[in-house]
Amino acid sequence: MAKNKTALEILDDPDFKALVSKKNTVSLILTILEFVLYFGFVGLIAYNKPFLAQKMSPDSDTTIGIPIAVLTIVFSWVLTAIYIFWANASYDKDVQKVKDKMGG
Amino acid sequence: MPTTVPQTMIGQANPTAIMFFIAFVISTLVITYWAAKRTKTTKDFYAAGRSVTGFQNGLALAGDYMSAASFLGIAGLVSTKGYDGLIYSVGWLVGWPIVMFLLSEPLRNLGKYTFADVVSYRLSQRPIRAAAAAGSLVVVLTYLIAQMVGAGTLIKLMFGLPFEIAIVVTGALMISYVIFGGMIATTWVQIIKAGLLLSGATILVLMTLNKFGFSYGELFKQASSATPLGQKFLEPGGLVTSPMDAFSLGLALMFGTAGLPHILMRFFTVPDVKAARKSVFYATGFIGYFYILTVTIGFGAAVLVGQKVIMGIDAGGNMAGPLLAEALGGNLFLGFLSAVAFATILAVVSGLTLAGASAFSHDLYVGVIRHGQASEKDEVRVAKIATVGLGVTAIALGILFKGQNVAFLVGLTFSIAASANFPALLMSILWKKFTTAGAVLSIYTGLSIATVLLILSPTVWVDVVHKSEKDAVEAKMKTLDANYKNMTEALTKYKAAAGNKSEIDQAIAAEQTAIEAKKKEITEKVTDEKDRAKQIKAAEAKSTKAVEVLQGLAGMDAATAEKALADAKPKYEAEKKETGAAMPKAIFPLKNPGIYSMAAAFLIGILASLMAPDKDAEKKFDAEKLREYLGVGAED
Repeated sequence: MAKNKTALEILDDPDFKALVSKKNTVSLILTILEFVLYFGFVGLIAYNKPFLAQKMSPDSDTTIGIPIAVLTIVFSWVLTAIYIFWANASYDKDVQKVKDKMGG
Repeated sequence: MPTTVPQTMIGQANPTAIMFFIAFVISTLVITYWAAKRTKTTKDFYAAGRSVTGFQNGLALAGDYMSAASFLGIAGLVSTKGYDGLIYSVGWLVGWPIVMFLLSEPLRNLGKYTFADVVSYRLSQRPIRAAAAAGSLVVVLTYLIAQMVGAGTLIKLMFGLPFEIAIVVTGALMISYVIFGGMIATTWVQIIKAGLLLSGATILVLMTLNKFGFSYGELFKQASSATPLGQKFLEPGGLVTSPMDAFSLGLALMFGTAGLPHILMRFFTVPDVKAARKSVFYATGFIGYFYILTVTIGFGAAVLVGQKVIMGIDAGGNMAGPLLAEALGGNLFLGFLSAVAFATILAVVSGLTLAGASAFSHDLYVGVIRHGQASEKDEVRVAKIATVGLGVTAIALGILFKGQNVAFLVGLTFSIAASANFPALLMSILWKKFTTAGAVLSIYTGLSIATVLLILSPTVWVDVVHKSEKDAVEAKMKTLDANYKNMTEALTKYKAAAGNKSEIDQAIAAEQTAIEAKKKEITEKVTDEKDRAKQIKAAEAKSTKAVEVLQGLAGMDAATAEKALADAKPKYEAEKKETGAAMPKAIFPLKNPGIYSMAAAFLIGILASLMAPDKDAEKKFDAEKLREYLGVGAED
């Protein structure tokens, strides 16, 4: 194994750069998804109330808006789960790999 | 016995509630005693020795966030407004994923005790700590006042305890938890409270669904027929009117969560980033689940308790949850749930106080006054003094704001958190060229613009500052409406009698007999004094108008009467328009300034940073990256 890299060398290390950009990309994509999810819901309330007021089926009084609101909550949670799975499976390993290069 | 008054124990000293509450207080004080022995260093006091697990921190975060206002308030909003309450609950949740994706890990790796540690990491310490402490303290104080006033009102409603005593008891307990047990005690108080609240709400929902054969479809079916709104109860209503308002409020809710100091502080209590992200996952799950429960409780209360009863006890519907608990589980369950609500209030204010004390001691005292040079012992001592100071201030302001409409304070808290704290924090983590001037200006801009615009918004300018004018105009409108309705009704009924003197005299006599009978009927039937006076007044106004119309008809022929009826409408509309013009108008149109104050904070931060670049801070950004992404050198 090559000699331990110093902090300055790590900053130029391609693995470290890849790790930083991967983490930022994943965070950004998930943030945008959450944004679209919530403001999509808000947009429906603001611009298309009749859509949300539709009944689920002719013999039910439940409106489509109710499951949509609940699903907005559930999907927000699912997004955090996706992030955890990604971070545990991929990010932590990449971090360890770069740290090993520093001899830590 | 009159039947219009519901039989409820709410508002009376409930022995079960007091027993449960005392059990909670004793167990939390035992924990505080145990925590006090383990709280020696600043790390123990501010960050529970960084020994909190991801799961525990998830519960504690949820505990910090699930206030009595959201438990009782959202259930109440749903029970009175239906779907609109559900819209609100969604808004409260969506900030959490943002906290996870953008902040949780950098906070853990870069920070020590407060979020100012992160913002000032590679920038100049003193000005940033001063600005960040200002942002934190304003957020903590506004939120604390809102919680305190809410606490006093709720405790009074639930236990019949006087407002002032309720606030002093809450304040005293909160000070003891924080002062003696620091973050360790505060965290365990949160965990216990979150556990109690989640299990209490779950039991209540199971009992509710049991009444509907465990079918949500059946619950909604009955909800739509149980309220005067009918099917509209299950549709979006008047809460969101203008898209811009909705968007601005949504932004403040989403990013305000990511700027609350007592939430951000919790990321310093876990040992590593893995636990930090895990805690947000658990917290989001718990909070989402909690809001779904709360909404179910609201719909259940609308059906099983009824809007009339709920709003009879509290117009805002805040007692919907406790009333439902009483209806389904009797006095015992009501007592349990009331105690849980009290515990909830206590836990939330403790978390806030600790965050405020940290900002004061760690940022203002050590960072600004002592230039970063102070012993640990000194720092903890100042934090404890700040805790007492904040606690006493919260008690005093809580009592001062008694009976005031403080709903706007929650909006203010979230707008400031989203505008003063979040932009500076995000830019310091992500943007290499961010400078000290950029951070300081961004924080002060967000703070001042959010505050000023909210004061000029309809929420404060119309509903608080010009409340009397608004109420006067609304009362005038109501009178106009009633007059028009009474007049047209009388005209329509009697127009055939125009010009016929004997018929008119007969009708006047009949009206006079009718009103006496009606008054007697109301006096017998309605027990509530205020309600009775109101109904009698309305009946009298109607009768007086009818007599007036009849007297007028004596000098008219049929055609004139017909014309008078036709003329009434445009005249009424013109009068209404004229009265409406006197309605006080807000200077700033949106109910929540989030969209403007956030944009301004980002813009000023970016412009100031670009205009005067700081090469030194840019260089340090690279070193910051090592710590941010790899955890090299992170506080342990």
